[in-house]
Amino acid sequence: MAKTVTDVICPFCGTLCDDLEVQVSDDGTKILEVYNACAIGAEKFLHSQAKDRITRPRMQQEDGSYKEVSYDDAIEYTAQMLANAKKPLMYGWSSTSCEAQSVGHEIAETVGGVVDNTATVCHGSSLIAIQDVGIPSCTLGEIKNRADVVIFWGCNPSHAHPRHLSRYSIFPRGFFTGKGHKGRKMIVVDPRNTDTMKMADMGLQLEQGRDYELLSALRVAFRGEDLPDVVAGIPKERIFEAAEVMKNARFGVIFFGMGVTQTLGKNHNIDEAIMVTKDLNEFTKFSIIAMRGHYNVTGSGAVLGWQFGFPFATDLSRGFARYNPGETTSNDLLRRGEVDAVFVLGSDPGAHFPISSVRKIARLPSVAVDPHITPTTEISKLHVPVAFVGVEVGGCCYRMDNVPIESRKVVEPPEGMMTDAEFLTRVRDRVGELKAKAPVGSPSTAQVQGA
Amino acid sequence: MADSISLNLISGRTIQQGVAMEGGKEKPAYTDACGIIEIDPADIKRLGVYRNTNVRVTSDYGTVVVKAIEATQGPHPGLAYIPMGPWANAVVNPNTYGMGMPTFKGTPIQVSIATNEPVLSSVKLVQKLVKE
Repeated sequence: MAKTVTDVICPFCGTLCDDLEVQVSDDGTKILEVYNACAIGAEKFLHSQAKDRITRPRMQQEDGSYKEVSYDDAIEYTAQMLANAKKPLMYGWSSTSCEAQSVGHEIAETVGGVVDNTATVCHGSSLIAIQDVGIPSCTLGEIKNRADVVIFWGCNPSHAHPRHLSRYSIFPRGFFTGKGHKGRKMIVVDPRNTDTMKMADMGLQLEQGRDYELLSALRVAFRGEDLPDVVAGIPKERIFEAAEVMKNARFGVIFFGMGVTQTLGKNHNIDEAIMVTKDLNEFTKFSIIAMRGHYNVTGSGAVLGWQFGFPFATDLSRGFARYNPGETTSNDLLRRGEVDAVFVLGSDPGAHFPISSVRKIARLPSVAVDPHITPTTEISKLHVPVAFVGVEVGGCCYRMDNVPIESRKVVEPPEGMMTDAEFLTRVRDRVGELKAKAPVGSPSTAQVQGA
Repeated sequence: MADSISLNLISGRTIQQGVAMEGGKEKPAYTDACGIIEIDPADIKRLGVYRNTNVRVTSDYGTVVVKAIEATQGPHPGLAYIPMGPWANAVVNPNTYGMGMPTFKGTPIQVSIATNEPVLSSVKLVQKLVKE
């Protein structure tokens, strides 16, 4: 006999589906089947059961091989590394709970580190733009119940957020959207004819890197002014047509992704997309939402926000919070050699940072906390495996529209494995002891004593 | 048919990349999902490469061997696509231009045929590149 756990939260992408059902063995140790999840979500639950999973910390040896060590040794190494560093980078945080993030920030404050999350290679541009011009936004529930024009700009939810279309944006029948997808107009803007674009009522396949031009052209079109014959590879008739569809919406929304945030122009592309949304509110009701990637990158921004006032790239090395993207962002710090230790939790910069940054991580004292084996763990001096948040331990997570949802524990972690929050709490306490012994006068000692 | 062709590289997610990543980045499935470059049929013809053969991708920032496949979400002549991962990050433009975000999309690349060179696994590739 097996029991079924219902209303399980999926800890993969920012859509944070909350309707999964997971069949678990009677003793609560094995996941047998996952229902309702997309292919990626199901794989995440099932891979936690892998027989070759690493369950104890591993320390890199001189020949490059790894040797198993105890959690106590791992905590001591991590605490010593952070306490002895002048300016450690503490990166990641997007695949863990808000509770764990909060403990991590305490450590960063004590040791004078830089806290940065995956927004730095994802929606960091959007956060800068939001600080520049604000954001007219709404929740995914409002989209489901009201939106009749849905635009996906530089994002491909069919691949990256597989259940977004069916749960919120296109297919569901809501309170004022009883006809489901038949009552909605879908516009997709992308340099490729993506699988999302193939479903759209209108696909605008623009020249790569010309998002700013096309967004500006739409603003011109809203005002009924003239345009050049072709903008960003799109004929002006199509731009006017798209502008009419947007102006005639009852409730419209723009979802945007990496296509605009990682393309040249970056935060300025988002500035312009937000101004398009503002302009459209002269005619109708329009909102704009960032398609956040990791399931709790939004939560990391929220926790950093309420603790220090900034959503990412927060430098605590001077004893107070500073934020200056371009200076305090991970890739700039690494490439310029401005940090002397790297602590990674809940992310994989080894795979997802440009190789010039990864090279710097490999040459510094480094600790990677991750349930999986990743390129980051395989270049770090210490790999600490932990329980999967959302599978083996619960905790608060924020959906892409800033709605907090409590994730659930489904099965027990392998025996003797620590969770992120437990590991961080032990490191925090040890760092506190080490810093209390440090010579009087160093800024971080004063901080600890004052706390 | 040319020795090498110039293309504009972008990277991003694919569902195969997501599934393989959650299944374990050290596994061959991850290499199959992300150690590839999607090229438009017109550009495949221009280079004179057979589909599913290995090619060398070179930019101002690095070089990497991946398998050339036909664009799955095309047509997009002139544009090439490597799913996000260490293979793409071996060649992308790392400059943030003072705002924190590396320029992951829009890197000019050269693609040439490298039939006899292997596509390394994610871990091997990163461990090799960090030593350079």
